[in-house]
Amino acid sequence: MKEITDLTAAELSCKLQNKEISAIEVAESYLTNIKKNNDSLGAYLSTHPDITRKAAENAQNLLDKGLAKPLTGIPIAIKDNISTKDIKTTCASKLLENYTPVFDATVIEKIKDHGMVMLGKTNLDEFAMGISNENSAYFPAKNPWDLSRSPGGSSGGSAAAVAGNLAPLALGSDTGGSIRQPASFCGIFGFKPTYGRCSRYGLIAYGSSLDQIGPFARSVEDIALLANAISGNDHKEDTSLPQDPISYHEMKNGSLKGLKFAVPAELYDNQAFEEGVKTCFQNRLENLRKAGATIDIVHIPTIDLGVSCYYVIATAEASSNLARFDGIRFGNTLPTRHHKDQVALTRGKLFGREVKERIMIGTYVLSAESFEAYYIKAQKIRAVMVGEIDHILENYDAIISPTSPVTALKIGEQNNDPVASKLVDLSTIPCNMGGYPAISIPCGLANNLPVGMQVMTSRITDEKTLQIAYSIERELNIKVQNPTY
Amino acid sequence: MAEYTLSTGMEVHAELETDSKMFCRCPVEFGAEPNTRVCPVCLGMPGTLPVPNRKAIEFVLKTALALNCQIAKRSVFHRKNYFYPDLPKGYQISQFGDTNVLGHFGYLEVPTKNGGIKKINIRKVQIEEDTGKLMHLPSGGSGIDFNRAGVPLMEIVTDFPPDIETADEAKDYLVGLRQVLLYLKVCNGKMEEGSLRCEPNISIRVIGTDKYGTKTELKNLNSFRSVQHGIEYEYKRQVSLLENGESVKQETRGWDEGAEKTFPMRSKESEEDYKYFPDPDLVPMDFSDEYLEELKKTIPELPLAKYRRYQADYGLNHYDASILVAELSWSTYFDECIKMGGDPKLICNWMSSDFAKSLNETGQTFQSSLVTPKHLVELTTLIQKETISGKIGKDIFEISFKNGKMPSEIVQEKGLTQISDESVIEKYADEALKQNPELIDKYKSGQTNVIGFLVGQVMKQSKGRANPGIVQNIMKKKLDM
Repeated sequence: MKEITDLTAAELSCKLQNKEISAIEVAESYLTNIKKNNDSLGAYLSTHPDITRKAAENAQNLLDKGLAKPLTGIPIAIKDNISTKDIKTTCASKLLENYTPVFDATVIEKIKDHGMVMLGKTNLDEFAMGISNENSAYFPAKNPWDLSRSPGGSSGGSAAAVAGNLAPLALGSDTGGSIRQPASFCGIFGFKPTYGRCSRYGLIAYGSSLDQIGPFARSVEDIALLANAISGNDHKEDTSLPQDPISYHEMKNGSLKGLKFAVPAELYDNQAFEEGVKTCFQNRLENLRKAGATIDIVHIPTIDLGVSCYYVIATAEASSNLARFDGIRFGNTLPTRHHKDQVALTRGKLFGREVKERIMIGTYVLSAESFEAYYIKAQKIRAVMVGEIDHILENYDAIISPTSPVTALKIGEQNNDPVASKLVDLSTIPCNMGGYPAISIPCGLANNLPVGMQVMTSRITDEKTLQIAYSIERELNIKVQNPTY
Repeated sequence: MAEYTLSTGMEVHAELETDSKMFCRCPVEFGAEPNTRVCPVCLGMPGTLPVPNRKAIEFVLKTALALNCQIAKRSVFHRKNYFYPDLPKGYQISQFGDTNVLGHFGYLEVPTKNGGIKKINIRKVQIEEDTGKLMHLPSGGSGIDFNRAGVPLMEIVTDFPPDIETADEAKDYLVGLRQVLLYLKVCNGKMEEGSLRCEPNISIRVIGTDKYGTKTELKNLNSFRSVQHGIEYEYKRQVSLLENGESVKQETRGWDEGAEKTFPMRSKESEEDYKYFPDPDLVPMDFSDEYLEELKKTIPELPLAKYRRYQADYGLNHYDASILVAELSWSTYFDECIKMGGDPKLICNWMSSDFAKSLNETGQTFQSSLVTPKHLVELTTLIQKETISGKIGKDIFEISFKNGKMPSEIVQEKGLTQISDESVIEKYADEALKQNPELIDKYKSGQTNVIGFLVGQVMKQSKGRANPGIVQNIMKKKLDM
């Protein structure tokens, strides 16, 4: 028989509703696993067993009373840049080491409303800035497939937790690929919904025009259940879309037969892509063709400018978003006599190197003398790129590509060549630029490390993304493997 | 020696009278305990997001329309980035640029002392959020009160080159602008509480040249008087600097009310780079023509239009018309009286003399007074028809003011109608002459002014009810006999 921690959320839900297991048993199984393995995996920055047990009891109450929703009693891990009332939210930064929010993010309210059981707060690159989780001010998360490797970033802790059986579900945030790339590195599913479909309220902002919260899971069905639970219009966010929560009702009614996929040559036939990744992806393309889908190689000429644009726009927004961390109203502070020195000292000492670097880049691109040359130009390129992608999506059901050009990096590897390592986000960034929904699907192994395939569709067609992903999962018989570590 | 002329640009900040703040639902309230009108959003807590107050945007659009501005078809919020302890997010949500702020390229016309009209061009009308307030703590050190942080603020900036060339014009502009804001009910206009803040920038240039001098910006002006005096002071200070061969430094100066002087606050030699960029948290605002047309319909008759109408239709002079339009409560009351058939000049006289005095003494307003327009119209009509004398009118007013009785009722009750019956008046006149026989001789010897005293005696005896005109005639007739 399968262990509780091997089950998907949908399977757990079934057993919970049938009273085969209790929410408390489920929570305890995970707490045991976390206790045993988190030291080696570094997935969680903090856990709160008392709060978890209390939530499990509440969930069981709902189940007993017949008031349960599909995810009632299901444990979940939360990236530590999502505000949780009365629970420390550090962004893996020294500056917020002792910061406890006084309010819940909207997605947390929804999770609580669904009777889900929070296991803890997961590791990330400080303020979600990074691709390997090594920018955590505390300790790096490890990849359960190979503990000497990174689980990816910035939502590395969430991905490692789900892949390493320390949570069935997790929330991450994705600004340039921070859900999909770690999902790809860890061999699980990771979904970035359309910008505006999941409330950003309570997500500690990095790049506001790009940030989006989304789920990690071990099956498309689980992804859809969680996406449904956390999405929907939020009156606390001006950029929130008016649409209803992401629905999963049509998800199982699709088929690969007749679907038209576009594969941008720039996101595949490119020297940045490892041979193993290409081979794996090509095999899957062959499977898709056999299943009756059409695949065309297309061109999106500006797509390889995405990374450059991203590092202008995201850093510009970040430099402004992170200005509130002045040590005056919350968070750690290094007191000095004069306020100006205090702000400089607090920020200088308590922000990590990568964060300071991005703040400086962002400040530079917004400065009067470089605003036109960088910020405005990047926005223009963004608009052109989005136009090109929109055009392709008018004629195809989805754009598919490898999620990442590489498999999981060795810890310590990414700092060798900062420019090359930024290319890791090549395929994921365009989705954030245009707000498109996109999912990373595990599509095999290269050198015994997972490879991911990204499926992106038009804005606000999250249901279609999930339907296609579900068809791929079913027809290509994709099973998430749980590595032993 | 060269003669210098003044140029003044005006930057006015008006706190909007909305119930809640600009980007959160905290109440807007002056004078509350520090940090009791705050929430995670206006404190800039991590993860919070702004949601614009539609009412505040409507207020600014209405003002922009009233100031003859063009409205941006698409308007955006910008972030103005700088560090200061009273600025919770490290940036202020504001607007930037010439044509994507809510309103641009408008003007305000204001009546001038000599009865003319001065047109002052307006560069832009935009919306932003207020900052918190730094305060020194009694225990030493400083604290920050964030109650004001996030209060909706409208900024109205005059155009360049500046139209304002005297301190008087600056004051007239501010008075006119404040009136518009009060008429639109978008700001309470209280300069002393900082609800309306004015920061003029002042430069001088040699008359006849078009090269503008270095400007200084003036802060801490919390009354019309300080605006006027501050600008006058700056003008003189700059002139004397130039005449002494020195130069004006670009700086922000404060106004010291007590010393009647400006003092340097901070140098502005290097312009700060605020790194403005469109706020990604806020969706650009689009306004349809239909919406703007509907909004236009809600704009009431504005002070200048009223001022013109009062002169053209009612024959009031500049002074009277100015007094009536100065406060919305005055013109509203006046308009109601006229609608009921009151005589404009009489109503205006009553309002600006006895009525205003009584309101002032008792701390009431025209609207809260027991003397409604119906009362005042009735009273002035009684006087006009000579049912009662002007003097009795004043007594009746006082009674009405205290208990709210209708003037006609009081007249009935107390029998205060005017006596125009000549036979009755003749009796009073004979009595007065009988008691003052020596005055008859004085009159006959040429001292005709004694008639005034005799008329007074008659009025006294009739308890003010005798018709003074008839008394005058009868008395004259008797003396001339």
